[in-house]
Amino acid sequence: MPFDVTELVIAIVKALVVFVALLSIVPVLIWMERKVIADIQIRIGPNRAGPFGLLQPLADAIKLIFKENIITQGADKVVYFFAPAVSMVPAIITFAVVPFGDTAHILGRKVLLQVADVNIGILYILALSSLGVYGIVLAGWSSNNKYSLLGGVRSSAQMISYELPLGLALVGPVLLSGSLSLREMINAQGRAGVWFIVPQFLAFAVYLISGFAETNRAPFDLPEAEQELTAGYHTEYSSFRFALFYMAEYVNMVTVGAVATTIFLGGWRGPFGNIVILQPVWFLVKLFAILYFFIWVRGTLPRLRYDKLMKLGWKVLLPLALLNLMVTATVKALAPQSAIPIMSVLSLVLVAIGVIALTIISARSTRTPASGLREPSAEGAFYTWES
Amino acid sequence: MAGNYGYVAVFAIVGVAFAVISLVMSWFLRPHNPSGEKLATYECGEVPVGPAWRQFRVGYYIYLLAFVIFDVEVLFVIPWALALRNLKGQGLGLFAVVDGAIFIAVLAAGLLYAWKKGALKWE
Repeated sequence: MPFDVTELVIAIVKALVVFVALLSIVPVLIWMERKVIADIQIRIGPNRAGPFGLLQPLADAIKLIFKENIITQGADKVVYFFAPAVSMVPAIITFAVVPFGDTAHILGRKVLLQVADVNIGILYILALSSLGVYGIVLAGWSSNNKYSLLGGVRSSAQMISYELPLGLALVGPVLLSGSLSLREMINAQGRAGVWFIVPQFLAFAVYLISGFAETNRAPFDLPEAEQELTAGYHTEYSSFRFALFYMAEYVNMVTVGAVATTIFLGGWRGPFGNIVILQPVWFLVKLFAILYFFIWVRGTLPRLRYDKLMKLGWKVLLPLALLNLMVTATVKALAPQSAIPIMSVLSLVLVAIGVIALTIISARSTRTPASGLREPSAEGAFYTWES
Repeated sequence: MAGNYGYVAVFAIVGVAFAVISLVMSWFLRPHNPSGEKLATYECGEVPVGPAWRQFRVGYYIYLLAFVIFDVEVLFVIPWALALRNLKGQGLGLFAVVDGAIFIAVLAAGLLYAWKKGALKWE
């Protein structure tokens, strides 16, 4: 392939535009989160810096840049130094395969509104998003702090446990569209005339719940459970390195939301058809709807206990994801025409099964007290700890 | 397609450059003023006892092992899901589904075994 300067310029411009857009969503999202949580808790929220407190995240970032960086005694300096970057970089570059529009014609060239249409899109997302766990576990380990270590191992066990249902949930849409490319997935939803959330609602629910856990968001924010672990893996971090962890969390949230938008909600598709300018707008509208849901869940649900968290992941979500996969595959292989209408009906049945499974499992866990805790005994001894 | 990975590479460079530049930049801007107590690890105001690198519970490793098994399963399931469409075109749809079902059933049996054995129970 001859070297093409224009191609390179397009690549750089696209990378910069997407990167800057991604990093500008983060402060908006932080502001939105604080405002929405404040509304839910009947407070005002940030309202001093700028109109409606819009500049608050910016002020926080500037403050953090000028703060002293503390490297604790006995910390593993190299790992400690690089852990925030290891957490941040995969979070950003996962976004490369997410399409936010169809093709635009710029300077007589067709430009994909997407950094790169890689034909293994979903594998790329699964691979890179699983790298994020390294940043967290290395940060926890290298700080030489017991809270950090516990937060780090907790978080790694949690993230890998929920990665399985997350990955399996995405196989259902892959079966329906027959491709791993995210762009092709959106086209398949266009051809079917229905978003994949309809025939794959169980997969969508499993994906979103696992997404909460993957991004360490409430109700799965055990790695940073304040009452138990101060701040978990980033207890010892200060200055801009803390800011990187903070940003990585929000970028991960945006990525999970963007993937859900693309695979289950039709991506940039919306009414008024093919107006290219509107496509990123639709994408953003759907993305922020999902992000609002993230915040809403955080403001509503209490944190899960660790044994319940593991139970939910392994005993509810993983079997449900496998069930959804098998049903979809069977319908796909045996349906005479398209599998999507049949799946749309079956998805209601699957959701019913999912709700029943969740009810049974959670009913069982309320009846048996957590191990280690005993029921009050006749002698009047209150909850005693075993071992 | 090779061009697409070029785009990904450019994007990755931008991402790495951001992390590196921001870390270096904040190095120049921030004060540096360490003192003994400031650098002590945080243990809610107590003097830290012993190093943090010590044993933690084996339960995490069991989840890790189970994870490796099922993550490989996900990897194998994805090509199967992609091939299903072509196999259906050749009239082998039922064959492909039964094959996949056997593969998943074996692993589901593994999950069930771990479940019954109590490996998935956090205690």
